[in-house]
Amino acid sequence: MEPQPFRELLLCAEEKRVGTRTVFVGNHPISVAEDYIAQRFCDNRIVSSKYTFWNFIPKNLFEQFRRIANFYFLIIFLVQVTVDTPTSPVTSGLPLFFVITVTAIKQGYEDWLRHRADKEVNKRHVYIIENAKRVRKESEKIKVGDVVEVQADETFPCDLILLSSCTSDGTCYVTTASLDGESNCKTHFAVRDTIALGTAESIDRLRAAIECEQPQPDLYKFVGRISIYSNSPEAVARSLGPENLLLKGATLKNTKKIYGVAVYTGMETKMALNYQGKSQKRSAVEKSINLFLIVYLSILLTKAAVCTILKYVWQNTPYNDEPWYNQKTQKERDTFKVDYVFTDKTGTLTENSMEFIECCIDGHTYKGVIQETDGFSQTDGPLTYFDKADKSREELFLRALCLCHTVEIKTNDAVDGATESAELTYVASSPDEIALVKGAKKYGFTFLGIHNGYMRVENQRKEIEDYELLHTLNFDSDRRRMSVIVRTQAGDILLFCKGADSTVFPRVQNHEIEATKAHVEQNAMDGYRTLCVAFKEIAPDDYERIDRQLMEAKMALQDREEKLGKVFDDIETNMNLIGATAVEDKLQDQAAETIEALHAAGLKVWVLTGDKMETAKSTCYACRLFQTSTELLELTTKTIEESERKEDRLHELLIEYRKKLVHEFPKSTRSLKKTWTEQQEYGLIIDGSTLSLILNSSHDSSSNNYKSIFVQICMKCTAVLCCRMAPLQKAQIVRMVKNLKGSPITLSIGDGANDVSMILESHVGIGIKGKEGRQASRNSDYSVPKFKHLKKLLLAHGHLYYVRIAHLVQYFFYKNLCFILPQFLYQFLCGFSQQPLYDAAYLTMYNICFTSLPILAYSLLEQHIDIDTLTSDPRLYMKISGNSMLQWGPFLYWTFLAAFEGMVFFFGTYFLFQTSSLEENAKVYGNWTFGTIVFTVLVFTVTLKLALDTRFWTWINHFVIWGSLAFYVFFSFFWGGIIWPFLKQQRMYFVFAQMLSSVSIWLAIILLVFISLFPEILLIVLKNVRRRSARRNLSCKKASDSLSTRPSVRPLLLRTFSDESNIL
Amino acid sequence: MVQSPGPAVRSLSRRGLQLPSFRVRLAPALQALGRRKGRWYLSSPSHSEQPGAAAHLREEELRPAPEGTRAPLASATARGAHQPDNTAFTQQRLPAWQPLLSASITLPLFFCAGLAFIGLGLGLYYSSNGIKELGYDYTGNPGSGNCSLCGVADQDRAPPPSCPCAWYFSLSELFPGPVYLYYELTNFYQNNRRYGVSRDDAQLSGLPSALRHPANECAPYQRSPAGLPIAPCGAIANSLFNDTFSLWHQRLPGGPYVEVPLDRTGIAWWTDYHVKFHNPPLVNGSLALAFQGTARPPNWPRPVYLLSPDPNNTGFVNQDFVVWMRTAALPWFRKLYARIRQGNYSAGLPRGAYRLNITYNYPVRAFGGHKRIILSSISWMGGKNPFLGIAYLVVGSLCILTGFVMLVVYIRYQDQSDEADDQE
Repeated sequence: MEPQPFRELLLCAEEKRVGTRTVFVGNHPISVAEDYIAQRFCDNRIVSSKYTFWNFIPKNLFEQFRRIANFYFLIIFLVQVTVDTPTSPVTSGLPLFFVITVTAIKQGYEDWLRHRADKEVNKRHVYIIENAKRVRKESEKIKVGDVVEVQADETFPCDLILLSSCTSDGTCYVTTASLDGESNCKTHFAVRDTIALGTAESIDRLRAAIECEQPQPDLYKFVGRISIYSNSPEAVARSLGPENLLLKGATLKNTKKIYGVAVYTGMETKMALNYQGKSQKRSAVEKSINLFLIVYLSILLTKAAVCTILKYVWQNTPYNDEPWYNQKTQKERDTFKVDYVFTDKTGTLTENSMEFIECCIDGHTYKGVIQETDGFSQTDGPLTYFDKADKSREELFLRALCLCHTVEIKTNDAVDGATESAELTYVASSPDEIALVKGAKKYGFTFLGIHNGYMRVENQRKEIEDYELLHTLNFDSDRRRMSVIVRTQAGDILLFCKGADSTVFPRVQNHEIEATKAHVEQNAMDGYRTLCVAFKEIAPDDYERIDRQLMEAKMALQDREEKLGKVFDDIETNMNLIGATAVEDKLQDQAAETIEALHAAGLKVWVLTGDKMETAKSTCYACRLFQTSTELLELTTKTIEESERKEDRLHELLIEYRKKLVHEFPKSTRSLKKTWTEQQEYGLIIDGSTLSLILNSSHDSSSNNYKSIFVQICMKCTAVLCCRMAPLQKAQIVRMVKNLKGSPITLSIGDGANDVSMILESHVGIGIKGKEGRQASRNSDYSVPKFKHLKKLLLAHGHLYYVRIAHLVQYFFYKNLCFILPQFLYQFLCGFSQQPLYDAAYLTMYNICFTSLPILAYSLLEQHIDIDTLTSDPRLYMKISGNSMLQWGPFLYWTFLAAFEGMVFFFGTYFLFQTSSLEENAKVYGNWTFGTIVFTVLVFTVTLKLALDTRFWTWINHFVIWGSLAFYVFFSFFWGGIIWPFLKQQRMYFVFAQMLSSVSIWLAIILLVFISLFPEILLIVLKNVRRRSARRNLSCKKASDSLSTRPSVRPLLLRTFSDESNIL
Repeated sequence: MVQSPGPAVRSLSRRGLQLPSFRVRLAPALQALGRRKGRWYLSSPSHSEQPGAAAHLREEELRPAPEGTRAPLASATARGAHQPDNTAFTQQRLPAWQPLLSASITLPLFFCAGLAFIGLGLGLYYSSNGIKELGYDYTGNPGSGNCSLCGVADQDRAPPPSCPCAWYFSLSELFPGPVYLYYELTNFYQNNRRYGVSRDDAQLSGLPSALRHPANECAPYQRSPAGLPIAPCGAIANSLFNDTFSLWHQRLPGGPYVEVPLDRTGIAWWTDYHVKFHNPPLVNGSLALAFQGTARPPNWPRPVYLLSPDPNNTGFVNQDFVVWMRTAALPWFRKLYARIRQGNYSAGLPRGAYRLNITYNYPVRAFGGHKRIILSSISWMGGKNPFLGIAYLVVGSLCILTGFVMLVVYIRYQDQSDEADDQE
């Protein structure tokens, strides 16, 4: 999709958002008296395809001819068709037709794939409640207002308001992995009044109207109101928030089925609004090409003008004619030569799986030792106890691990296969919890699930223990802890709490802390996520009070969160610390090395994630995006919301940070790269809400001001972490960077559907085939299996591709310039009559056959430096930064080379033709021989020039280079060997063979090819001398550096939930 | 070896059970993988605890391990599931020759090439210098000899009247043979595009239908005012050079002039004369009848079938005509007129006085052109042209010069790097 319609879509969404929409549940009018105005909403069809069967040809042609080159050739072709021209229209028409057709076929096929994917989504069967019956329908038939039934593990076909679920409390669990990348289960609630409507009949009787805002792309915002007209005539109104809204694309988990009413459908769903249409990406190379093209076009126009003027001047004496002939240049595709890398966190930097590493009970470390027994590589062998704690404490700790969580057991067939357990599949809102439960299992305590409100645990002696789950004090990011209150079989009421050390330590007895603290700190140093576990016995009387308080808070309609938080705070005091755990958030293999290499290559890495700030930050430390020495600048809700007026505070912060950075870095940005290594490094952390505040807060000039300050800060920071990002915000960030001064090239890498818009927005999109489906890799330009491959992709392949494409571009211009220059010069000798120097067949075949394959093979295979060398030395990537090979310098070099060679070809032949009898029998040669000599020298020179440039000769290169030359000779013989019945003029008949019967011409061809290549050979030899000395120096340096380059110390990882150490 | 997965294992894997140990064990056995029907199967390794089992694993697990240097880089197609085959080509691991043009290779190359070029250049230069050329401009500009009368008189009528004139010259020594007679025209744009296309090769190949229906490109020399097709049609044919020459030799001073025999055949390309150009089929054995119903080109004094009395050299296969029809590359050009190789003159033109009789027909002064008649000998490399020899000499010396410069650079660099090595 082009950006245009997308922007329009957004715009119209913007306008629509002003109003609200009223949705009648089940499309039942509320009352007869009220006039029921059927609002028109779009249907539930998802259209990601670009073309339909009917508009494919015109639309595709239109899009293709929007490219300058295509349009140019179309014009040339049309001119050639209409006026009397020296070359037949076929000469330019055939290649154009070929290019257009191939492109159209490719795009058609891709669109067909999209159609198929759309169809799959649109034709999926869903169940709709109509007239108290379950009706099976195709997904695209869903209308706004329909009541939809969704079963477990199905994705929601459109945005739904949850009405009821199979559970009694009207909750359901949802994962939004494909939307924001968070794979945990989120709980969504139904409005209290509709909870009971658990059957098709009862839900059909519901008379209600929902008023809600018009669709908007923010995933976390929803405001609405449901008015329920039950028995009483007065409607009961309840407010609806994001917790009532089930988003299309999310998946229902752990809930058998739910009923929901469709509020947004089709392209108005939040997912569709977050889907960014595919736009035609243009790379810096293409920009350079366009620039060069313009230069050449102007040269061409000048030539044409010169020729035309001279023609008319010349015509004052003899003959007459028309415009001058010109030749094609070609255009090439994308590459990468990247300045900014945007990466997703979950599933990209991390594996998205946690592993229990060790725990500490009362200061005694317990560590699972990985043993291989009979080929079983799992860690369920015996455990090593370094030092035993008291047995009862140990069991208490393990019980705490087994009980204090929100993990659920999934017994049915595991489709997503995320957790790998032989018998039990755990599902939880956070992978940490699964890791902990599994950790407990390793030590003999197995959590068996919740049955009728009882948590069942199998202990070390294989006995089943049941605990009644009384309350769960949910985790939230402010408290950074969670608790459960359970009643044991014996009737004791226990509270288990786990949380970040910073929040747990103040709530436990002081004397217990010391022993554990050391361990926690050690673990944090090792880069693990640590949690402290504490417990408390609650007296029955206390419990009753607590119970009452909790119930009250839960029922509260206003400020529920706050009230709950307060109650929780009261409960979780005076606990006893039992121990701590360490969990490894496994980074992807070599993620840190990759990031380091990217840094070393001069790239700026930004992490954009939908995750919480704390988690994201610790990951950034672990993967060495932030070093321990990095000073962090934070722009988050936390730092800003302290004051009443957010914007003022934001402004203050921005100014402060800028001052700091500007002060730190002297004005010249060039020294930036050097200073990185020595001076203080800065990292920026920003979250979604602050970003939106910066980017689109006030409408006056101040927002612009914010933005520019923000951009300045961003550019000065070595690493930037953006958390809590909605997909569209990721794209916004990318767009912001893309539009920076000097328009840097951006690369996005991600694995989830939430990264798609960012992948599409950036110049280069890379998808990782991860756990979160294939949307990302489907929409990407490149897809890789692991993050670590980015290193090779960028440093080796990216570098090589850039060099190849740059060479390709230059070579194309070069070979066409030296092709056309003799033609131009010849005009001075033929009275500017546009006499073609080369035969039409040569004109057509030059770019298609004679010189195309060698450069194709070159651009596929060339490795001017080994892949290994490139991968191991990131600094080499710096060489190509700043689009260095497509700057004016190399461009001028190639142009001069081409001009030189063109002159050599032409004037060499010209002087040779001072006598046109070049054979010992004195027969004379004509103009076609002249052209053929030039052309032969030309083909050989440009091909051999490429051969000189080729550093990496595979058999393919040999085959194509020598093959092209052989083909040229063969073709020329063939073309000149037959009187072609379809040709009006047998210009070339025997010209080539006759030409080769002259010794002089042989000698001239050899000489001219040699002269043309002479400067190039000279340059290569000189370069090699330089390179060899450079290499020698390098190898010496390497040997001396190798010890000191990489300090292999693991960086210090901030404790998962702990305080920010380096905030300004 | 390759077999379907055992049912037991298959059902296990379907239930989502993982066999971690199995996978670990199988890793080295990846070579034993066979691919059948788009799925990977393992041939069963020697597992005592997995009797006769072959595991059916998900495809992802069995892709060639993307390790180290062999990271698969999927193409940018819309198919995310698409993964390139693990071939040397797609993985960029083709074996390759990586030549480095080092100084030690290129220096000898430079010297060798330089020497070879100088040798060739000398040869070319001397053979070019050995060629004798004698020319005379008979355009007839006022006061330039006895052709000036013709030059002045010619312009008004078309076709202009023929006007005889002559060029007298004497040779003090033998003009070594074989000697070739060329005429040269300057400022004549045979390479003008519209002039160049104004011909009909089908007609010239003797096709009767084309003879009657000349191609449109020939216009305005396609049909005569009477509507008859012109044969040969077109501007090139119409502008056929029609001055004629004859060479007379006075062996003894004051003696009679003897005509030097001019061989007017074998001056055109063999293929042109034998393949490309043909007369239309004779009618009743007569070429004239074959051309009946056609008109001669307006500038021609006589029809095409009367170009020469020799039946093999008249009509479209007249060698003068064929030579003319091969358009020249440059606006000044010479074309072969005749060869002198018969009788006493096969060794060259002996010393003595000569008279070249010219029948001046062809008007050139109207477009500022010049006409020259040239006698030239020839060498293995063609006509007299010092360019090639000089160019070879220059390039050869340049090569050697560069070779020396490079040598100096190379030696100095060698010293420096040695020093640098020592320092380190």
